[in-house]
Amino acid sequence: MKKTRYISLALFAAGIVACQLIFTALGTDYLLIQLTMSAYYALVVIGLSLLMGYAGQISLGHAAFFALGGYLTAVFSTNQLQEVVSHEMLTRLSRIGIVYSSDAHDALYRLHPALSLPTVIIVTIIIAIIIGIPILRLKGHYLSMATLGFGIILYRIFLGTKVFGEADGISNVAPFDIPGFFPIGGESSFRVPNYYFAWFLVIIALVLLLNIIDSRVGRALRAIHDSEEAASAMGVDTGRYKLIVFIISALLAAIGGFFMTHYNAGIGPSEAGIMKSVRYVSIVAVGGMANLWGCLIMGVVLNYLSLRGYFGSYDDAVFGALLIAIMVFAPNGIFKKEIFDKIRHFVSRIPCRFSK
Amino acid sequence: MLRIRNVVAGYGNLTVIRRASLHVKTGEIVTIIGGNGAGKTTLLGTIAGINQSREGEIFFDNHDITKLSSDKITSRGLSLVPEGRQVFSSMTVLENLEMGAFIRYRKGEKDEIISDIEKMYRLFPILESRKHQQAGTLSGGEQQMLAIARALMGRPKLLMLDEPSLGLAPIIVQQIFSIIKELRSFGNTILLVEQNAKAALNIADRGYVMETGHILLEGTSKELLENKDVQRAYLGKEYRRINE
Repeated sequence: MKKTRYISLALFAAGIVACQLIFTALGTDYLLIQLTMSAYYALVVIGLSLLMGYAGQISLGHAAFFALGGYLTAVFSTNQLQEVVSHEMLTRLSRIGIVYSSDAHDALYRLHPALSLPTVIIVTIIIAIIIGIPILRLKGHYLSMATLGFGIILYRIFLGTKVFGEADGISNVAPFDIPGFFPIGGESSFRVPNYYFAWFLVIIALVLLLNIIDSRVGRALRAIHDSEEAASAMGVDTGRYKLIVFIISALLAAIGGFFMTHYNAGIGPSEAGIMKSVRYVSIVAVGGMANLWGCLIMGVVLNYLSLRGYFGSYDDAVFGALLIAIMVFAPNGIFKKEIFDKIRHFVSRIPCRFSK
Repeated sequence: MLRIRNVVAGYGNLTVIRRASLHVKTGEIVTIIGGNGAGKTTLLGTIAGINQSREGEIFFDNHDITKLSSDKITSRGLSLVPEGRQVFSSMTVLENLEMGAFIRYRKGEKDEIISDIEKMYRLFPILESRKHQQAGTLSGGEQQMLAIARALMGRPKLLMLDEPSLGLAPIIVQQIFSIIKELRSFGNTILLVEQNAKAALNIADRGYVMETGHILLEGTSKELLENKDVQRAYLGKEYRRINE
């Protein structure tokens, strides 16, 4: 890994710690709730940034992947499991340890946490492959059409199915407790650890994505972006690389949704809505497609403002207007990459100044 | 080395290539000449697997590659330098060359790739002086050299060049063609598509004349240069006489 990247990550981590310390010192640590949620949304945004900026594909279904992760774990961890699986089956499963009941009356059955996350990951990968097939077959923006359709279908399914709680969504989702670890949930005594856990996930995702960008895969993606025809003439299997990136970004969205649902103790159908997908696309556009750091910062800022209710009931309108404004006035996003380079350069020279 | 038989290809309802057949032997420079819209680029694209043929067969090195995708064809040793160069404009010259060896990294030929890059710098000295410059900022001629060097980085058995003279100044065209001629002495086999018939026939061993999707004529370069129809249509001989 390059030295400059350590600096960026260190700066970023310092910013996270600073936010926590300041808010706690000011006694406004309830603001950490929105920042934690923004972190989970940021997972979606940076994944989408890789897909849009580096693989040149637009997904209008990332909210659906987010909701998929959330709804699956919500179903797995609430008593609605009894509506899907017979009681007899549940007791049998609980004997093996796949399912366990956390209250005395056997009313609340849950899939073991060690299983629910892998299940979400596997289901997401399978769905992403099925939807991603058009990119292997066709050129152009067919993926955005396929994901748009997927988003609408999933939204309607969540809205209309009893297991998914219809218009109410699913509430009372239990915290995601890993034995020997604090529970991932909304309990106020665990607010600070939860905040750090969420941002820890974002940093892991960032390291993963930055490594991809700098690897042979990233080089191939840039080549595809510059000239798809020439890239395939170099022996790059263009479809395969695009599909890999699509799967990675879908996974990040689903994992974001997974933890967000536990943190919020619930999820509603609006998370799967098409407007949510448009919101992610517009955040990536504002951050500057192939600018991971820019997207991350805009993802946090805009989601935070939206969650704090600064946009009022014009929430969706604000994001729609942003998308249009960016496309007209600053198609490369509002950040110049040079800004980040300058900051990095500046920080990297601080030790030298001290040594003088 | 390359043999195509009765290939029919096109886009959608449009048929561009109508039963074209040709072959290229090892060590040859073969050129396909013809005017605008004759189907030359489509034919190369079809051989390289960028568009699929509807009928006919394409054999490369005695293997049927008719239905293979373009990346598979490239890894068999057939490289295309696409029309209009299409260098990776956001990458540096060096990165472009490394991209050219993309399939070879998987085979673990790292040291050979580095020595091949040196070889390219000897062949195209201008690329060495520009190695850290973004490819998009190069001049047209330099981009064309880069595109050829990039294709050579894949160590192709057969190099296909699509209109390397397109949009270049005559002096640069001369340079490019002398380099192509030089490549043969390194043992490369070349299939060259050109509108600049005279320059192409001067360096080629054999040539094919293509018009509206058909191969009209074939012969050695000398035969084609002396052919009255070719002279009139592509070499501008008659035109000069009328003026005189």
